[in-house]
Amino acid sequence: MIDIAVVDYGMGNLRSVSKALEHVAPNKNVVVTSQPADIKQASRVVFPGQGAMPDCMRELESRGLRDAIVDAAATKPFLGICIGLQLLFEHSEEGDAAGLGILSGNVKRFSANEMHDETGNKLKVPHMGWNQVYQTQAHPMWKDIADGERFYYVHSYYVQPQDENLIAGVTEYPKRFTGAIAHRNIFAVQFHPEKSQHAGLQLLANFVQWNGQA
Amino acid sequence: MLAKRIIPCLDVTDGRVVKGVNFLELRDAGDPVEIARRYDEQGADELTFLDITASSDNRGLILHIIEEVASQVFIPLTVGGGVREVEDVRRLLNAGADKVSINTSAVINPQLVADASDRYGSQCIVVAIDAKQVGVDASGQPRWEVFTHGGRKETGIDAVEWARKMVDLGAGELLVTSMDRDGTKIGFNLGLNKAISDAVDVPIIASGGVGNLQHLVDGVKIGGADAVLAASIFHYGEYTVREAKEYMRDHGIEVRL
Repeated sequence: MIDIAVVDYGMGNLRSVSKALEHVAPNKNVVVTSQPADIKQASRVVFPGQGAMPDCMRELESRGLRDAIVDAAATKPFLGICIGLQLLFEHSEEGDAAGLGILSGNVKRFSANEMHDETGNKLKVPHMGWNQVYQTQAHPMWKDIADGERFYYVHSYYVQPQDENLIAGVTEYPKRFTGAIAHRNIFAVQFHPEKSQHAGLQLLANFVQWNGQA
Repeated sequence: MLAKRIIPCLDVTDGRVVKGVNFLELRDAGDPVEIARRYDEQGADELTFLDITASSDNRGLILHIIEEVASQVFIPLTVGGGVREVEDVRRLLNAGADKVSINTSAVINPQLVADASDRYGSQCIVVAIDAKQVGVDASGQPRWEVFTHGGRKETGIDAVEWARKMVDLGAGELLVTSMDRDGTKIGFNLGLNKAISDAVDVPIIASGGVGNLQHLVDGVKIGGADAVLAASIFHYGEYTVREAKEYMRDHGIEVRL
C-alpha cells in the first residue's frame, strides 16, 4: 500500500521532496517511483520537477507516465511542485513545448524589459529566493499558513491559467504572478515547499491530511 | 518583495567545520550537522558547504554530512569543493544537496558547467568565482582576475568576462569571492561584486571579507548582491543570523524574518 507516490521521471532531485514528506508524515509509506502502477495505487500523488519543461515532458512521455499522471490528477489528492505545476498546462514558452493540457493556460517567461523594481534596480532571473505568497482563496492547503508567508522560489517561468479562478496564491516579481493554483483535487505551487522551512513543511503536512476537496 | 538572502558558509575538512584567513591557518569551528541546525533555527535562508578536504580518503565524508543535514534542515543546501565531473554533481544532489557549486573545475573544463546544467538544470548549478584585483585597465578602472586552487593559482582570465561566459554556459547563480578579502573582516570587495552583478542577469552571492553587519548591508546596497555569504562572524558567535537580518531590515533591506 503506497500512501504517497512521488513521481520520478529522471528530472531533478526528488530526495528533498521525499525527505520532507517523511519528516511531516513519519507513519506514511512515501515512495519515489517511476512506475505507472505505483502511481495508480497510491492514495496521493506528488508531482515535482526541475530543469527545463521540454526535457521534463520528453522524459515523462518516454517513461510512459502520461496516462498515470492524467488519471491521478483527475482522481486523487495531487500536489504539483514547480515544473510539476507548469506541466499541467497546455503550452510553455520554454522551448515552445506542449504540456499535459490538464488545465487551460500557458507558461510564460519573466519579461526581460519589465525586470526592474520601483526604484529602477535590476531584478534577476531566475527569480530565486524567499518571496511572499498572498492567498487569493481559502483552501485546506493554506491551513495554519499566514497570508503573505514567504516560500522559497527558483524559476524563470510562471503559469497563466485561462481561468483566473484557479489561482490560489500570488507573488510579486515585480508584477503579480501565479504562485499556486487549486482545481478540485489538484493543488500546485510554483515555489518549493520542501525547501521552505516551517511554512513549507506545514503545506506538505496539510497535503497529507487533505481529502482532495476544496 | 523578494528577500535578500543570508547564507552562512561552512568550510568542511575531514568532517569538521573550519575557518582560515586568506585560505590558510585553519581553525576548528565545530560539528557541521550541529552548526547547520543552529543556523536553520536562527533563520538562515540557505546553507553552503565547501568541502576543503585535501585527502581523497575522506572525500566521502561530505556525502554523509549532507545526508544527515538534509533530513533535518529544510532550506536550500549548496555544496561545493572537489566537483570535477557530472557524476560528482549527481552524487551530491542524491545525498540531498539542492545546488552544487563548481569552481576550479569550471576553469579547467568549462564544458562541465554546460553538461551539468543541461542534465540537472541551471537552478542547481552555481559557479564559484574566486577573484583578485590585478591592477587597473586603460581607463583606470580596477581589473579582477580569476584564481583557482583555493586562490593559489592565477589564470589570467578576466573575472567579469568569466562571469558572463559561465552564465552563457548555464550557471544559474554566481558565488563571487574576493580572494584578497577572504577571512580579513574588512568587508566585501564591492567594486568586484557590482561589476559582476551588472554584467549578468542571474543572482550574485557576495563572499569574502565580512567582519561586521554593515558589511552585509554594503554588499547588497553598494555591491548589488542578491545574497550575502559569511562564515566567521557566525561561527564564533559574534552575531546570530537573526541579528544580521534585523540589522539589514533596519537599514532598509527586505529580509525574511
